[in-house]
Amino acid sequence: MNVVALSPFDLAVAALLILALAGLSLRMHLGVERPLLLSAVRSTVQLLLIGLVLKLLFDSARPLWVALLATVMLVVAGREVMVRQKRRFVGWWGFGLGTLSMFVSSFAVTLLALLLVIGIDPWYAPQYAIPLLGMVLGNTMNGISLGLDRLTQDAAQRRAVIEARLALGQDWRRAISDSRREAIRIGMIPIINAMSAAGIVSLPGMMTGQILAGTPPVEAVKYQILVMFLIAGGTGSGTMVAVGLASRRLFDERQRLRLDRLRLPRS
Amino acid sequence: MPSLQLRQIATRHVGPIDLSIGSAQCVCIRGASGSGKTLLLRAIADLDPHRGDALLDATSCSRLPAPEWRRAVALVAAESQWWSERIGDHFDRGVESRWMEQLALPAAALDWEVARCSTGERQRLALLRTLMQAPAALLLDEPTGNLDAEGTRWVEALLDEYRRERQAALLWVSHDGAQIERVAQRSYLLDDGRLQALR
Repeated sequence: MNVVALSPFDLAVAALLILALAGLSLRMHLGVERPLLLSAVRSTVQLLLIGLVLKLLFDSARPLWVALLATVMLVVAGREVMVRQKRRFVGWWGFGLGTLSMFVSSFAVTLLALLLVIGIDPWYAPQYAIPLLGMVLGNTMNGISLGLDRLTQDAAQRRAVIEARLALGQDWRRAISDSRREAIRIGMIPIINAMSAAGIVSLPGMMTGQILAGTPPVEAVKYQILVMFLIAGGTGSGTMVAVGLASRRLFDERQRLRLDRLRLPRS
Repeated sequence: MPSLQLRQIATRHVGPIDLSIGSAQCVCIRGASGSGKTLLLRAIADLDPHRGDALLDATSCSRLPAPEWRRAVALVAAESQWWSERIGDHFDRGVESRWMEQLALPAAALDWEVARCSTGERQRLALLRTLMQAPAALLLDEPTGNLDAEGTRWVEALLDEYRRERQAALLWVSHDGAQIERVAQRSYLLDDGRLQALR
């Protein structure tokens, strides 16, 4: 079975949905027509660009270019984690914390999949490396930003409790343990939910895409299972690393709670 | 023979302050709200960054790991804080039943739910929680602030006994002149970041 190639006309039909929605929004004074159209245009342009980039990359398959694209993806994800924080760390920590945790977890998990599971030659073949990294990175980014946001909010709100525990002589690990556990749990909930609902409530996008592109369903399912596990591994380890580092950073060398290392939330 | 010494302690608008509290001594501090009494106690407990130094006997605060210092020089905050459902979960080493009786708390209090205790009960329990760590010096921030006259007497008597039995050094923040008369050997007014001797 071959892929039914989509013509620009086919996409234009789908775009009518967006236009109709924007029209409705205008009539009902919802005020979402601008962001809706803007984001639709943005996604079209961004996806076309990445399509072209991937095409070039697939033709040349030079490790340097793969590494470059992976770096760009990591930096953009790191920035995204940072701007989603209500109280982010001041200075380089704001960007560095999430980015470092994503690097450690996503790259390790993707490398593991490329080297041990898929085992193609060369291992950095962009047809596999970039989509896998993208899926792991995107989900890890969500887990880390949810976990970090929860941790810093919780520490700020429960400051008196944490300091009372310090005053009783507990070390920082014990004083922050409740907030830390909760933050890691919050970061991991989306992937746990996604795994429980997969196949019954939702057909994951990657699998659907492969089936539409003509892959036999059972093959597509096997890849989906692989990806789910990779995502869970990446999200779990990334969230643990990020929340762990952030917890440490909330205390100084004398184990004082240092909320002044967080930026005040913008109202 | 624990004694507590402050050398040029300064934090935000408070200090630098020098003070020496001998073993089995109780020193009281009063001052207008916002004068920095709580800030001073927090600096001594090393909960806030500060300049200067605090010493227990001859041991400087910075020479001990922070948790060890805070167990020895224990701050009891004005508002008690609880993180678990049950009162007993907050007591790592159980509780001295004699002290419970002295504060008119039944032995079953350890099984109480925190949410169902009154503010006064919580304040008395929080004091016992700290005393169970056997601190050598106590930093008390209005320890009877939420108690009625009777509860205040119980707490004063218990702290007096603890001070004499353990030779503990007490730094006690109070706004109640009569209480200061009852418990303190020396007292100071904290004003404009400086301590002025009251008597």
